[in-house]
Amino acid sequence: MTGVRVAGVGLTHFGRHPERTGRDLFGEAALAAREESGVDPEDIESINYGNFMGSLSERQGHQAPLMAEMAGLQCPATRYEEACASAGVAIREAVRAVRSGEADVVLAGGCERMTNLSTADVTEGLATAADELYEIRAGMTFPGAYALMERAYFESFGGSREDLANVAVKNHDNALPNEYAQFHRAITVDEVLDAPMVSDPVGLLDACPVTDGASALVLVSDEYAAEHGLDAPVSITGSGQGGDNLALHDRDHLAVTPATERAAAEAYDDAGCSADDVDLVEVHDCFTIAEILAIEGLGFYDHGEGIGAARRGETTATGDLPVNLSGGLKAKGHPVGATGGSQIAEMTRLLRGDHPNSDHVEDATLGVTHNAGGTVASAVVHVLEVDR
Amino acid sequence: MTDAGYDEWLDAVDDGEGFYLACPEGHGSLPPRRVCPHCGSTDIDRAALPTTGTIETFTICYVGGPDFADEEPYATAIADFGDVRLTGVVRGVDPEEVTVGMPVEAAVGTNRTTGDDLLILRAR
Repeated sequence: MTGVRVAGVGLTHFGRHPERTGRDLFGEAALAAREESGVDPEDIESINYGNFMGSLSERQGHQAPLMAEMAGLQCPATRYEEACASAGVAIREAVRAVRSGEADVVLAGGCERMTNLSTADVTEGLATAADELYEIRAGMTFPGAYALMERAYFESFGGSREDLANVAVKNHDNALPNEYAQFHRAITVDEVLDAPMVSDPVGLLDACPVTDGASALVLVSDEYAAEHGLDAPVSITGSGQGGDNLALHDRDHLAVTPATERAAAEAYDDAGCSADDVDLVEVHDCFTIAEILAIEGLGFYDHGEGIGAARRGETTATGDLPVNLSGGLKAKGHPVGATGGSQIAEMTRLLRGDHPNSDHVEDATLGVTHNAGGTVASAVVHVLEVDR
Repeated sequence: MTDAGYDEWLDAVDDGEGFYLACPEGHGSLPPRRVCPHCGSTDIDRAALPTTGTIETFTICYVGGPDFADEEPYATAIADFGDVRLTGVVRGVDPEEVTVGMPVEAAVGTNRTTGDDLLILRAR
C-alpha cells in the first residue's frame, strides 16, 4: 500500500464574502493548491468535493462538475455530503483512492457559501443536519443541539461556562496571526460570558461564526512525489471514520461522542500511533463545548477532564498539546463544507513550518485533525506526519 | 406533506395513546423503523409510552429558524421516558423556569408560526 502525501494546499480567506459565488471561492482554492503542488494538471485524476448546503444557499445541486470546470480540470468529480464533515469525508475517500492504487493524484477539498443567507435561513439550513421529524420540528437548531449537549455535560461531569470561555479566548488568540482567519480580535473571558445568549447555555461568543470559504488539497502517492521530485514533506498516515445515530436523543450518553472515538481508534491504528504520540491537533470546535467533546473523544482526556484544559493552559499555543492553532472553527471560521479540508491544510502548514503559528510546534512530527458532522453523528479523523 | 409512521405516532400521542417501538433487548426507538437502531433486531413492537418523563437536558432558544419566529424564546428539551427519549418544546411553564429533572408529559400542540402540529413536553 502506497503512502499519501500532501503536495499542495489552497485556501481562500475565511470570512464574510456574501457577493462571491461558491464556484469562485472553490476555483480560487483549487488553483492555489494546484500551483503550490507543482503537479501537472493533466495528472489530476479526480476531484473529491465537499459541500453541505449549496442546494439551499445557491440553489445549485450537481456542483462537482461545475467545480472541476472552475479548477480548470476535465477529470471526473464527485460531491461528498456529510454535513459539516463533508470535506473530511471527501479527503478520506481521496486517501483511500491513492492508497488502493486507483489514483496517483487527486484534488480534494470543499466549499460553502453561507453569508448571502439571512441568520434565520442559515439557522434553518444548518439544522437540516439534524433529524427532520424528531428534532427540527421540535425547534432544535444547531446552537440549540450543542446547548443540550453542554448542559448534559455539566450535569454529568461538572465544569462551567467560564471553563468554556477559555476555549473561545484561546482560539481567538490563535487566529490573530492567521491571514486566512475570519476574526483577528482578541477577546476576554468576561466578554464571552457577557455576550448575548443564542441558545442558553451557548452564547454568541461560544459559537463559530457564519462563514464563506473554500479549501483544496492536492494528494499524491509516494511514488508520484518521488518520480516528480515534489517538495511534499507531510503525509497522511492515518484515516478513520465513525458514525452514530442521527438524533441526539438516540445516543447512550448526551455528552459523549462515540463516533469520534471510533474514528480515532481506526486512524491511530492505521498510522500505528496512539493518543500519547500526538503533538498538536485541529478539532471541530463549532461551539466551545464541541472542542471538549472532541479532545475527550480523541483520547487526550478522560470524560469530564477536558473541560478545564484551556483554562489550565494545557491546550493553548504554549501548552503541552496545542489545540486549534489555526484559530479553529471558532475564530478561523466555519464554511461547513470546506472545514475538513481547511483543517488538513492548516495542519500541513503547521507541520511544514510555514504557518505563522509553526514556531509554537517546531519539533512536532505528528498532528491529528478531527472533523464532525451534526451532533457528531459523523466523525472523520486523520493523522498527519512530517519528514524531519 | 404526509409522513407515514410519524404522523400516526403524533396522532397517537395526541390521543393519549403514545407509544414507542421496543425490541427484546429493551431498546426503545421511534417510528418509522424496520430494525432496532441500537441492536439491529427486527423483532420490534409497539409499547406504551410512559405518561411521565423527566427532563434530562434543555436549552432556551433565543434565535430559532423561520418556523419558530413567533415562539422565541422557547425551551427545547430532551426528556427521558424510560426506554426512549423524546425531544420537544416545553410548554406549561416559562422557559426560564425549566429545570433538569422536571417531570413532563408528551402531548401535541400547535406551532405558533406555521400552525403545524408540534410535539410538546408539558410541565406536570
